[in-house]
Amino acid sequence: MNLNYTPEELAFRDEVRAFLEASLPADIAARVKGYRRLTKADHQRWQRILSAQGWYASHWPKAYGGVEWTPVQKHIWDEESGRYGVPRSIPFGVNMVAPVIIRFGTEEQKRTYLPRILSGEDWWCQGYSEPGAGSDLASLKTRAVRDGDHYVVNGQKTWTTLGQHANWIFCLVRTNTEVKAQEGISFLLIDMATPGITVRPIITLDGEHEVNEVFFEDVRVPVDNLVGEEDKGWTYAKYLLTYERTGLAGIGLSKAALEHLKALASRRLRNGRPLLQDPTFSQRIAQVEIDLMAASISNLRIIASVEGGGMPGAESSMLKVRGTEIRQAITDLARRALGPYALPFVEEELNLEYDGEFLSDEHAAPLAAQYFNNRKLSIFGGSNEIQKNIVSKMILGL
Amino acid sequence: MDFQLNEEQQMLQDTVARLVRGEYSFEKRLAFSASDLGFSADFWAQLSELGLTAVPFSESLGGFGGGGVEVQSVMTELGRGLCLEPYLQSVILAGGLIAQAGSNSQKERWLAGIASGEQKAAVGLQEPQSFYDLNSVETRAERNGEGYVLNGRKAVVIGGHCADLIVVSARTAGDTADADGISLFVLSPDTAGVERRSYPTIDGARGCDITLNQVQVSADARLGEEGQAAGVIEYQAGRAIAALCAEAVGVMEVANELTLDYLKQRKQFGVPIGKFQVLQHRMVDMMSELEQARSMAILAASVADGDQSLERRRVLAAAKNVIGRAGQFISEAGIQSHGGIGMTWEYNFAHYAKRLIAINHQLGDDDFHLERYASLSYAH
Repeated sequence: MNLNYTPEELAFRDEVRAFLEASLPADIAARVKGYRRLTKADHQRWQRILSAQGWYASHWPKAYGGVEWTPVQKHIWDEESGRYGVPRSIPFGVNMVAPVIIRFGTEEQKRTYLPRILSGEDWWCQGYSEPGAGSDLASLKTRAVRDGDHYVVNGQKTWTTLGQHANWIFCLVRTNTEVKAQEGISFLLIDMATPGITVRPIITLDGEHEVNEVFFEDVRVPVDNLVGEEDKGWTYAKYLLTYERTGLAGIGLSKAALEHLKALASRRLRNGRPLLQDPTFSQRIAQVEIDLMAASISNLRIIASVEGGGMPGAESSMLKVRGTEIRQAITDLARRALGPYALPFVEEELNLEYDGEFLSDEHAAPLAAQYFNNRKLSIFGGSNEIQKNIVSKMILGL
Repeated sequence: MDFQLNEEQQMLQDTVARLVRGEYSFEKRLAFSASDLGFSADFWAQLSELGLTAVPFSESLGGFGGGGVEVQSVMTELGRGLCLEPYLQSVILAGGLIAQAGSNSQKERWLAGIASGEQKAAVGLQEPQSFYDLNSVETRAERNGEGYVLNGRKAVVIGGHCADLIVVSARTAGDTADADGISLFVLSPDTAGVERRSYPTIDGARGCDITLNQVQVSADARLGEEGQAAGVIEYQAGRAIAALCAEAVGVMEVANELTLDYLKQRKQFGVPIGKFQVLQHRMVDMMSELEQARSMAILAASVADGDQSLERRRVLAAAKNVIGRAGQFISEAGIQSHGGIGMTWEYNFAHYAKRLIAINHQLGDDDFHLERYASLSYAH
């Protein structure tokens, strides 16, 4: 039993800190820490810096330009990223489609797509959910019909995160309607510039444009863009989802959000003293801080158990539920800390360049919207109810 | 990072597990609980023969200098068996207080007996007004010639009904809630003026309230510096909190195993009730609470025997808060999942549920430790 990092891991942490101190642009960090909007250019600027450092593809094999961090190193990176205000990684290329291509793709596909993900030339988005296929993903209806050297794709994808920035989309499509739902699905890589594709914004309840609908009308996709075998896409999709689920607990993000909350609560006053010392509010903060402490150790226990290689199993589903509940609780408290000033939605204060007087607190403007935005955490990546179904089946055998 | 027990720790835990499995069936426990002693003298003797009562003590006392993790290994298995013996009170708390505050001659006089199990000790640190604040002490100890005279009342002394020795806190100076001015004394319950009112507890153990009426003790009954015991008490209560957390994890493990088995066996509407999603999700929640509790029990064990610090205090408060809430959730959700059978005396689940609730009433419940965590962390 030893809960400490090894000397090598401590040295790695120092290296990460030195890199972030030297290379993370201050304006980007300020936007992240203040929950301000990040532009596509911000993401791309940071990705180029990370790529130049060789740290962008943290768990790809070295042969393809990855670094093969151990689970502990990845954890250290996540923790330090939260502390320093590193923008969240846009996972669709580097952490989602790339592992599938590496595992199941052809040599030609690896040569074509992987370098462009590393360089930032391609921005990928995910074509999984459909209007009629959410938690029941296998019921998807978007059709791909073989026509010579092409598939002809018709249908609609939805909840496509940052699809407005993407030039490629990986899609689950139905290639066989004669068999069981899971057995007739294929995994296609589609160039967003192909004629017949339309992207329409979905404005979410916080007023943001983060997700989209993507329509496919007689879209011709070269057969070479099929990953693996036709009708075997469900296997690849599940492989990808296990990657997606790891890290969804967002422990590092919660730690950063908690520090932000405590700083806010030490500035906001109630009954003439800081909220952080208000009997009720301080106990609410204490409860979420304690829960985060426990979840953080649970996270480390999972990391230590997979340190020898392999993928975390259904334990990460349990932690996804716990971790997202904690993040939601923190954003709930941040909103509450504003009292009546949770109501004004002052758009101009969302911009980092704003140099006028702040209506209440300089960090107030995004917080109510942030609370609403983070309701998504318990829905995406497999809703928390679906995660409980997974645990129930895989661990409990019910 | 490594969350595995080392070979010796694993052997220790296996030893306790085997003993509990062999000697502590549910039926036997009911009989132990109903006996005058309230636990098994025979089981206590076996703990002692295997050296388990000596685990945390130094080698010179026949122990092997075990720390938080070794105590955790023992307590988790005692928890799995719902064992009634006063291990926490005698070995961890009384033993810990004497080991930390006692002089060499006091240690020689008392610790060898506690480590060997020949002497059973209890601690009287709470009073009727103290709630969970161990600095709230009204019992007075006044100098009287070479010794002291004690007057007051100590509350809910678990294991005090049969103890050979009782360590009590008493005020030698200051007002009720002052940290300064608290001293510790070791008493024999046979001393004139010591009166015990014994009772069973809701979770099947036994304890007593103790009235001290003009109790004369000699000066060498005092542990440590006069009036300086608050820090010792806080430190040892911290070790006991870590031990209780480990015990609770053992109790929760069995509570969850029983509930899961029941979901698979019990049929209604023609199917095992575990096919119903509402019950599945509640079971997952019970597992998740257990894992959070286990994480905090591990963290608590890792600081239990370390130097006192703000971090140690915060971790132990956080751990007891998590354990208290998880315990209550598992207790209530487990009874609900069992339905009527969970309400009965003759089925074991209810006894696990009661122990979990009882643990929340020992050394501070989740509210107490939440408030403590907040004031340690933010009040400056």
